[in-house]
Amino acid sequence: MSEFVSRGFTGRRRTPGDLADRLPPGQYAESGFPVLTAGPTPDVSTEAWSLRVDGMVAEEREWTWEEFHSLAFEDVPCDIHCVTKWSKLGTSFRGVSMDTLLDEVEPFEAYAMIYSYGGYTTNLAIEDLTDGKAWVVTEHEGEPLPREHGGPARLLVPHLYFWKSAKWVAGLRVMDHDEPGFWEANGYHNRGDPWNEERYWTD
Amino acid sequence: MDRLTAVEQKAPGHWQIATVSEIKRETPMVKSFWLELPMWMAHCPGQHYDVRLTAPDGYRAQRSYSVASSPLDRGVIELTIDRLADGEVSPYFHDVVVEGDQVEVRGPFTSYFVWRGERPALLIGGGSGVVPLMAMLRHRRRAEPDSPMRLVYSVRTAEDVIFADELGDDAVITYTREPPEGWTGHTGRIDSAMLADGGPSAGATAFICGSNGFVESASRLALDAGIEPERIRTERFGPTG
Repeated sequence: MSEFVSRGFTGRRRTPGDLADRLPPGQYAESGFPVLTAGPTPDVSTEAWSLRVDGMVAEEREWTWEEFHSLAFEDVPCDIHCVTKWSKLGTSFRGVSMDTLLDEVEPFEAYAMIYSYGGYTTNLAIEDLTDGKAWVVTEHEGEPLPREHGGPARLLVPHLYFWKSAKWVAGLRVMDHDEPGFWEANGYHNRGDPWNEERYWTD
Repeated sequence: MDRLTAVEQKAPGHWQIATVSEIKRETPMVKSFWLELPMWMAHCPGQHYDVRLTAPDGYRAQRSYSVASSPLDRGVIELTIDRLADGEVSPYFHDVVVEGDQVEVRGPFTSYFVWRGERPALLIGGGSGVVPLMAMLRHRRRAEPDSPMRLVYSVRTAEDVIFADELGDDAVITYTREPPEGWTGHTGRIDSAMLADGGPSAGATAFICGSNGFVESASRLALDAGIEPERIRTERFGPTG
């Protein structure tokens, strides 16, 4: 730890007590929901949307919007942490657990690449997607997920920085090796655990 | 075992203590800070640095700021910072930092919203979204003056123009609130005519930076102008500060 102190800095926007304990290092609480996207916002209708799980699995599957909605939905109250330093505490989403989806396809390898409409990709270990840690969500705080936030459906992996929660999710490919996704190839950390402040390659 | 003791790693991406060598007021809400870095490395135009402030009791705040300078300015970086009223780091820079002060920074980071010589390049900036684009424009002028690049820059009023004394023939400005007196150029939000001002956009790589609303509408215009979606790179800033 450096002992550097910024002359004249007192911290005028501190998050109070119990909420501060929910902020990972270097994050601040933001009440809004900023939009961060690397390119134009894709326009995906629910008629055109489907979710595919393929790659090294016992059985590849694809769900249309309607088929997806026959699966078990659950509410997901969570805090989310963006690598650009804001966190949104006490928000909620609604969707289908990745456990439900992966149970149906039976992955037999340890890595996954998530791919999205518009070409975005992000890599995750299957371990980070299972045991109640990841969802495909279609609602945010009781409303359909807005397009700019990834609607009709996005991945939600709240225990990792939010670039892993791919917007406009189209599918998941199970792979026998790890491979960097879009931001992971462009300077951000391969795993992105906010509590270890894994922001960039060198962290 | 003494000989195997690890030395402190001094590589890019690690925190270092920079010294503020020069401060320039750009607009009533924007100042540029030139920082001398002990572990400087060349950045790609468009990259950012993280800044970390530490209070005496250990409380810390971090934010990211785009570099405005060209990597040809060796040993230094220029961070151009918009003062956000409800922010924590930008008001500190504006209200407290003076020349000679030290600030903790690390970078340069990420390699997507960067110009690597793509030609032609169309830069579209709204407000302080012009900052990373200015690094591209400045670097092009010095390193590749023949490479076609132009900036379309949307500001509210004449006094909000950042880098005003450096905008030349390669920049098209539009005033969305109040143009300067006698202004005969563009006014209002960026439209397709402004993008076309200065040449066709098809085949260009577009770099668009500004608020989310600005980036959304500018990306749509870029698509309409025939720029392929994979050649449109955007950077959006939300309510940060």
